[in-house]
Amino acid sequence: MTQGSPEIERLIELMARLPGLGPRSARRAVLQLIRKRGALLVPLAEAMQAVAATAQECVNCGNIGTDSLCGICGNAARATGELCIVEDVADLWAMERAHVFKGRYHVLGGTLSALDSVGPEELRIPRLVERIREESISEVILALNATIDGLTTAHYIAEQIEPLGIRVTSLAQGVPIGGELDYLDEGTITAALRARRAL
Amino acid sequence: MAGLAVTSLSLSHFRSHRSARVAADTRPVAIFGPNGSGKTNLLEALSLLSPGRGLRRATAVEMARLPESIGWKIAATVAGPHGPHEIATWSEGGAARQVAIDDKAATQVALGRILQVLWLVPAMDRLWTEGAEGRRRFLDRMVMSFEPSHAEAVLTYEKAMRERNRLLKDQRRDPAWYAALEAQMARAGAQIQSGRERSLARIARAQEGAGTATFPAADLALSDPEGRPAPEDAGALAEALAAGRRRDLAAGRTLTGPHRADLEATFAAKGIPARACSTGEQKALLLSLVLSNARALAEDTGASPILLLDEVAAHLDADRRRALHAEILALGAQAWMTGTGAELFADLGPRARRLQVSDSAGTSVVTTLDE
Repeated sequence: MTQGSPEIERLIELMARLPGLGPRSARRAVLQLIRKRGALLVPLAEAMQAVAATAQECVNCGNIGTDSLCGICGNAARATGELCIVEDVADLWAMERAHVFKGRYHVLGGTLSALDSVGPEELRIPRLVERIREESISEVILALNATIDGLTTAHYIAEQIEPLGIRVTSLAQGVPIGGELDYLDEGTITAALRARRAL
Repeated sequence: MAGLAVTSLSLSHFRSHRSARVAADTRPVAIFGPNGSGKTNLLEALSLLSPGRGLRRATAVEMARLPESIGWKIAATVAGPHGPHEIATWSEGGAARQVAIDDKAATQVALGRILQVLWLVPAMDRLWTEGAEGRRRFLDRMVMSFEPSHAEAVLTYEKAMRERNRLLKDQRRDPAWYAALEAQMARAGAQIQSGRERSLARIARAQEGAGTATFPAADLALSDPEGRPAPEDAGALAEALAAGRRRDLAAGRTLTGPHRADLEATFAAKGIPARACSTGEQKALLLSLVLSNARALAEDTGASPILLLDEVAAHLDADRRRALHAEILALGAQAWMTGTGAELFADLGPRARRLQVSDSAGTSVVTTLDE
């Protein structure tokens, strides 16, 4: 309890709604922010205000940026002909952290799920087909999660773009770097064995 | 042969048990006490050490002790050929049950990799005469005991089928969406089909030469409600699903696939279907299949599974009861058996551990009568 300070309680309550934070960790975070008012709280408040005023979805790929066209779509050097399909913006950011992929992305905004009433129209699949034509895409890389919905969506997209005659690939599945075989489940070991390659 | 054994079991706020602790060794466990004292609840708790909803197929909320309804926990130590494991499973606030193996969060499927639990309960008495769903579930549990990954194939298949059924109910006509779901169903469905066929063949081998008057052999076969042959592989199943879309749209559900298969049993010595056998014969066939499953597992894994036999002894005459007990001892299986009276297990003598369960003002009390 903050001994009757509704503003601070409100802040704690909002922080606790963030992923990875619970009521206790939210209280600790707020306490730290208040203690470091100049170094953390004020700059954070300003940064949040700026993002709240400018954050928007990229009209082309669905990434989140501060302009109508995100930095990747606006960068001519990223027009390599490769298009990576991801479920969510978090997946795009994860891919970018690796600094390996030099092409562009397309964020679906979810996966097909009839039970949750998410169909192709709710995802950006029609726009994907347009982009493949407009941007002279030569390869589509499906970087979707290896869940049932992810695999169903990958299969659906592959079928939709098959008539366009471009290369469709998906991320490999197998042993993670630094991973130990003993800790892998049978499904992952099977996938890794099937995708084995010559050294 | 050394078998798997639950060497300690503790229940907290589970059904009629507020707090119960049971220590056991590798011997069979005879549990007796009056009706409604909480014997089957002990077996249900043990059944939750394997994947699924347990022997009553109850929800997590239904298993909470009333009136507190504050959630429940089961903890057990399991000894086996690969060393001991600590298993805990619990549910809080009506949430889905959680599992931890050796203090680490685990999936239910992972339970099947360290512990095989087979059961026979009175609710299965009408297995051969009621709907096919119960027989499929019985068969799939048998397959899972041999191949734990069968559970994943079933979950994948059912999830994809639920999605497809929603498309059918909503009268969606998007061939690519159907094809994407059917590809998932076909891959998992083919695994389910081949796993079932392998397990039936394994049970048949385990029954060879083992059929007796007490535990008669059963010829088992898979059948289709419309008499169609099962698709040979994933490609054939995908084609069959695609070909059936129009009919499925009219029905609003999927009418082709392993979820429609049935398990047929024939009393081998008499050549008559199990559903036409007497009540006693039907029960004997079931018991015989459970024992054959246990025998096959013991041969394949080097460890007999844990058996849960609820009210089985009461339905057998003294000779058949002795034969059952002899079979369990020969298997080296830790069988947890319930009955209303201690006399049902008298022939086991010190070869079994004896637990008495009684009711004290709505709370079960478990007493170990001998060490």
